[in-house]
Amino acid sequence: MIHVRYFASLREALGTDHEDLVYSQHTQTIEAVLSVCRAHSERHAAALSSAKPIRAALNQTLAVLDTPVQDGDEIAFFPPVTGG
Amino acid sequence: MTSSSPKTSTQFEIRVQEQAFQPGTELDRWCAQCQGAGAVVSFVGLVRDMNLGENVQSMHLEHYPGMTEKTLRTLCEEAAQRWKISDVCVIHRYGDLFPADPIVMVMTASAHRSDAFSACEFVMDYLKTQAPFWKRENTDSGPRWVEARESDEKAALSWGAIDGSVDGSARS
Repeated sequence: MIHVRYFASLREALGTDHEDLVYSQHTQTIEAVLSVCRAHSERHAAALSSAKPIRAALNQTLAVLDTPVQDGDEIAFFPPVTGG
Repeated sequence: MTSSSPKTSTQFEIRVQEQAFQPGTELDRWCAQCQGAGAVVSFVGLVRDMNLGENVQSMHLEHYPGMTEKTLRTLCEEAAQRWKISDVCVIHRYGDLFPADPIVMVMTASAHRSDAFSACEFVMDYLKTQAPFWKRENTDSGPRWVEARESDEKAALSWGAIDGSVDGSARS
């Protein structure tokens, strides 16, 4: 299982803050997980569109599209951060 | 959370909290704690009452519990490896804030001011682009998510890449 979390405007656009995915050959990189999530609904496809500046984290560390994903990992998608 | 770096002897204090803090009280405490250091630098960020031409009545600050603390610790460790600092503290609020509220405070201590200044600025610049916080402002025309500024990305990049850092974008 892969635990996917959403934050801020992305969480709001999707109407949920998390989803669990079955780990498979289709979810072995951040990019692959993003594609699976996009395919969930039209709402997902719009919110997670590649035209948007989405950031990703793997197990609470910033990640890039080709970062490998293992079974049990926590992945988060969110907009660019605005703290401080 | 107070701890020390495994690679340097620098002491870290990282606090991510909903409750308000008093910058003066924190600085007094810090000066007493770091009295042997010689130089203390502090930065305080306050909530603005105007942003992009709109009055900001209040804001809600969301964060990613766990990743926030982990990221701040990584930034402090990186600062401790780049400069000779004996102590570094980051306090950051989340939740509901109002104009003029202190939102973030970074304090460093060193034998020399230049290390303390540089480390403080470095931690702030990287915090702006790496720490998972998101501001949602309540303005006169309704709520809106604050968008990241390109100038903040440039400020962070000017320090060069840090360990475990990426260009931050999940886009190809």
